[in-house]
Amino acid sequence: MIPGPFEYHRPGTLDEAVALLASLGDDAKIISGGHSLIPMMKLRLAEPAHLVDISGLDGLDYIRESDGYLTIGALTCEAAVDRSDLIHSKYPIISDTAHVIADPLVRNLATIGGNLAHGDPANDHPATMLALGAEVVVSGPNGSRTIGIDDFFLGPLTTALGADEILTEIRIPTPPANSGGAYIKFERKVGDFAIAAVAATVTLDADGNCVKAGIGLTNVGPTPVRAKAAEEALTGNPLTDDNIATAGRLASEASQPISDHRGSEEYKRAIVEVLTKRALYKAKSRAEGGS
Amino acid sequence: MTELKTSAEIGGMGHSVKRKEDPRFIRGRGNYVDDVVRPGMLYMAIVRSPYAHAKIISINSEKALAHPGVAAVITGETLKEYNLHWMPTLMSDTQMVLPIDKVMYQAQEVAAVIATSRYAAADGVELVEVEYEPLEVVIDPFKALEPGAPVLRTDKEGQKDNRIFHWEAGDKAATDQAFKDAEVTITQDIYIPRIHVASIETCGIVAEFDSVEGQLTCWMTSQAPHAHRTVFALVAGHVGLSEEKIRIISPDIGGGFGGKVPIYPGYVIAIAATVVTGSPIKWIENRRENLQADSFARDYHMHAELAADKDGTMKALRIKTIADHGYTDAACNPAKWPAGMFSVMTGSYPFEQAFCEVDGVYTNKPPGGIAYRCSFRVTEAVHAIERLVDMLADEIDMDPAALRFKNFIKPEQFPYKTVTGWEYDSGNYAGALKLAMEMIGYEDLLKEQKEKRERGELMGIGISSFTEVVGAGPSKHFDILGLKMFDSAEIRVHPTGKVIVRLGVKSQGQGHETTFGQIVAEELGIPVKDIKVEEGDTDTAPYGLGTYASRSTPVAGAATALASRKIRDKARKIAAYLLEVNEDDLEWEPGKFFVKGVPDKVKTIQEIAFAAYTNHPQGLEAGLEAVSYYDPPNLTFPFGSYICVVDIDSGTGEVKIRRFVAVDDCGNIINPMIVEGQIHGGLTMGMAPVLMEEISYDEEGNIYGGSFMEYLMPTAMETPNWETGKTTTPSPHHPIGAKGVGESATVGAPPAIVNAIVDALSHLGVRHMEIPITPEKVWRAINGL
Amino acid sequence: MGTQSISIKVNGAEQTGEVEARLLLVHFIREDLGLTGTHIGCDTSHCGACTVILDGKAVKSCTVFAVQAAGKEVQTIEGMTTNGELHPLQEGFMEEHGLQCGFCTPGMIMSSKALLQENSNPTEEEIRIGISGNLCRCTGYVNIVKAVQYAAAKI
Ligand SMILES: Cc1cc2nc3c(=O)[nH]c(=O)nc-3n(C[C@H](O)[C@H](O)[C@H](O)COP(=O)(O)OP(=O)(O)OC[C@H]3O[C@@H](n4cnc5c(N)ncnc54)[C@H](O)[C@@H]3O)c2cc1C
Ligand code: FES
Ligand code: FES
Repeated sequence: MIPGPFEYHRPGTLDEAVALLASLGDDAKIISGGHSLIPMMKLRLAEPAHLVDISGLDGLDYIRESDGYLTIGALTCEAAVDRSDLIHSKYPIISDTAHVIADPLVRNLATIGGNLAHGDPANDHPATMLALGAEVVVSGPNGSRTIGIDDFFLGPLTTALGADEILTEIRIPTPPANSGGAYIKFERKVGDFAIAAVAATVTLDADGNCVKAGIGLTNVGPTPVRAKAAEEALTGNPLTDDNIATAGRLASEASQPISDHRGSEEYKRAIVEVLTKRALYKAKSRAEGGS
Repeated sequence: MTELKTSAEIGGMGHSVKRKEDPRFIRGRGNYVDDVVRPGMLYMAIVRSPYAHAKIISINSEKALAHPGVAAVITGETLKEYNLHWMPTLMSDTQMVLPIDKVMYQAQEVAAVIATSRYAAADGVELVEVEYEPLEVVIDPFKALEPGAPVLRTDKEGQKDNRIFHWEAGDKAATDQAFKDAEVTITQDIYIPRIHVASIETCGIVAEFDSVEGQLTCWMTSQAPHAHRTVFALVAGHVGLSEEKIRIISPDIGGGFGGKVPIYPGYVIAIAATVVTGSPIKWIENRRENLQADSFARDYHMHAELAADKDGTMKALRIKTIADHGYTDAACNPAKWPAGMFSVMTGSYPFEQAFCEVDGVYTNKPPGGIAYRCSFRVTEAVHAIERLVDMLADEIDMDPAALRFKNFIKPEQFPYKTVTGWEYDSGNYAGALKLAMEMIGYEDLLKEQKEKRERGELMGIGISSFTEVVGAGPSKHFDILGLKMFDSAEIRVHPTGKVIVRLGVKSQGQGHETTFGQIVAEELGIPVKDIKVEEGDTDTAPYGLGTYASRSTPVAGAATALASRKIRDKARKIAAYLLEVNEDDLEWEPGKFFVKGVPDKVKTIQEIAFAAYTNHPQGLEAGLEAVSYYDPPNLTFPFGSYICVVDIDSGTGEVKIRRFVAVDDCGNIINPMIVEGQIHGGLTMGMAPVLMEEISYDEEGNIYGGSFMEYLMPTAMETPNWETGKTTTPSPHHPIGAKGVGESATVGAPPAIVNAIVDALSHLGVRHMEIPITPEKVWRAINGL
Repeated sequence: MGTQSISIKVNGAEQTGEVEARLLLVHFIREDLGLTGTHIGCDTSHCGACTVILDGKAVKSCTVFAVQAAGKEVQTIEGMTTNGELHPLQEGFMEEHGLQCGFCTPGMIMSSKALLQENSNPTEEEIRIGISGNLCRCTGYVNIVKAVQYAAAKI
């Protein structure tokens, strides 16, 4: 299948890119890894008149920790996230996530910034970022601003990004001691989007009570879903089997799946419940120093 | 074990000779149709219908023709001028090449755009404007048969309903009686869904017409180049294409599995386009077109019943089937067999009575009914019988292996004539099952399962003991459009003792360049490295019906052995002349004749070959070559026993195949390495539709499963590490005792997996599950939903 | 829309072309350069038949525009032999019967090469993950895994 024609731009700097986007208006699309956009263009589901390629911009490909945040440059590819020792040792929930996105070839080009910016509730990072309470930094004609992840996803393929804004960085607060997280995805086969997936994070106090919990759900709603009631049910309580079961049930209630070829609504809700419990047990084990 | 009669250097039967085709493939030097480039070549892309059933009100090509690079737009009206808008199918039904007034399924060809590049052709497709008026859609084949259903094939005179054919085999009255008398009966509806072969290379053609010479050359993805040439000559004879001026070249093929046997409208349009434009035309379908419009496989709705005694003795079998063929019958079965070899359904058991009936039905779906790496409809038949056997075991509370052992046809009963008329050539069914049970550790698994069940864990063990039927076939029963299903080999030994072999079949990955060389090496003792095998060019290869339904080894393999033997007979005469002895005084050993008792009075086959051109005896023709057209006396019946172990996640319903042991018996083996590879691939294609693959339609006829996003082909992650074993029961009637193996595993694997899953859930009351067995289906079964 | 000139280093040699922006890298390689060892098996970026190595990473060349690859380095299956010597992976596929129709083979070899570059001694599981972006319809993968193991042992 063959994409429609377009004009290609490769700006040299972030400012040039922003200026270009501002001048081209709605006819332009940003391309980074291209692994969501090009497949859509090949099917002619997207026919932008201009592509602004930001993949060559310097200084947007990094993973580092500073000032109480893990910061990831928007152009960091999934393979780099998957391989990062820092992420693997301190933020394993993000390794879990990158590892189950698509396949290794796709992961070599797909970027974490594109994964969020695409605004697809089927993508895997959004739920994880919801669970982690991340924020994203974007650059636009008026400089840069930071958007909390809860305010980022507005609807299917719609985010808080303006057409002339570029997502540049993802910021994840470094969790306190005794924290753990896990992402569990249930898919029909490698390379497929999730039937459902669950991201869970917990922070325990010295008595083993959960002082903070984050739960994000993939592909069970028009946007990635944050299971607030489930988080609240855990907060202040020990992670007993009963409490985890309750959280599973509440997460399932928070999900808004529709029946399709990946499964019926009823089934997806059940999967959310099962995966939430499994992710919580794994998060708990990691918080306690396990793997 | 196949006995080794030649040295490794000669590399005859039984040697795992490394493949001769590999050096080009591993360097990226294969030559597939899309690699063919001709001077001045134009590209074709096809406009397809978004509707499953609609009237075409108008087609407007103006905008497309105005687009830079677009050279022509071809419609049904263009073809009608040449009377090429309809063509016959291989089942003697009719099929539109391009429609004049009506479309009959979603993704049907509506028009073709010819342009100077792939890109311009794709743009042109977007610009062709077609106006449709939707018509009532018939998707469910049962509804299609109801009185009052709209008749879809209004083009066919005398067609008053949507039934294509009614076919039956066996004795109905006697079978019905046996069911009345039976102590135990088992009944199950089984649906085998639509699936697609989805070879990684799609279909395509480069068609080039030389108007001065009247010569048409087509490089195309054809599993049956000669048959295709003849059909083209029959279809287009009236526009001046005559058979001697049509050359089909089937270059390297990136997987076939049955999908490259039919003639697709795209090929014919490309041929018309090269005639009309005078330029070579390339058409390579994309994956969506491949999945959405090319021939599908299966789509069998079976109502299956088995009658038995309480002690497990199987008595009678009855299956009624509705076969959904889509809008035309474009299957590739032998003419007399509209439901293929489905009546081999009695499988590995000596039923006293059996009866089957199959009704073919038209619906608003793409046509097909072809194989999917299986011979004609045997997969469906094996699925039914091997499921019923397990259900019987469950019903009478007997171990499924014990039930099979109790009933198997015994080795001494071969050749065995089944009630539906087949004559099984040879078999040792119990031997294969015994070996499979040993390999997998059956008794230990039963113990493990018992313990796991007590802990609430789900684990299942499933068996399938299948009998395949391949090698079509004897000319008195088998033809396609009247073309008898013999096959051919032509062998020439050059003066220096090197050989070229040309065949009427066509490899799509089976390694013919190696295995057919090995047959010649076996028969003539000429090292396989000195033997070149050529196929697929109708100008040079002898006539044959092509490669599908595992017929190459049984039919063309036999032709190759017999042609080699003709050469050996002539070589004996030359050797006798050279050694100045009587022919009877000579003894053969691979590669040489020597005088009995005098081993140093010897002539090698190479010396004899040289003499055939330089010093041949008077009264004998010079040269050393032979042709054989082999008409098999019977089919061959490979068999095997497979055992599958699954673990099930009770939370999600996910099924994991933990182990899978496949014991196959395909008679004598030419190349063990290649046979094992064929089995690995066949098992994977057997597993895929059981767990993942399916093409389905909504009520409007919209397809689901029309791209690799939705059509779930297994990757290395979903595929288990297959374990293989073998027994060897040669075919008594085949010149080299071989039976064919390409498809056994696809036929045998599905019921083993289904049986394992049902076994894992049987204590929850589960008796049967329909494929594809998705996690949700398993989850529902576990939760009693 | 006009064309633009690009230059890509392919198998060590600088290649230039005048291309439409929408030209996919796979078409540039196959049609403009005539390197037909890289294949096309789907439209949705699922099969990996088109896998090449772009600046050291295995990627699906059907999901990259040629203009995006400008100034970069590409290796295709044709660049795997050096002075006629087979790469151990090529040898492995032949020795272990890791191919049948050969259509997926170039992509499989390129993916495996990238895998071994990163992990010279992969487990069976790691190999299976490493080739999970490449579909093969013929072999059932068992012998492909063995082919990669053969090469890993040799490198
Ligand atoms: C076969 C296949 C399977 C896949 N499976 C999965 C999966 O299982 N899980 C999953 O999460 N994803 C999956 N993906 C999607 C893949 O991860 C995407 O590539 C990713 O989501 C988008 O990243 P990208 O860099 O490729 O974005 P692009 O395709 O370049 O862009 C995507 C969208 O985001 C915009 N955009 C990109 N970068 C920025 C930026 N920095 N600032 C502002 N806007 C931007 C673009 O304009 C475009 O609209 C799959 C893709 C393929 C091809
Ligand atoms: S052609 Fe299928 S992934 Fe590129
Ligand atoms: S060898 Fe045929 S697709 Fe892999």
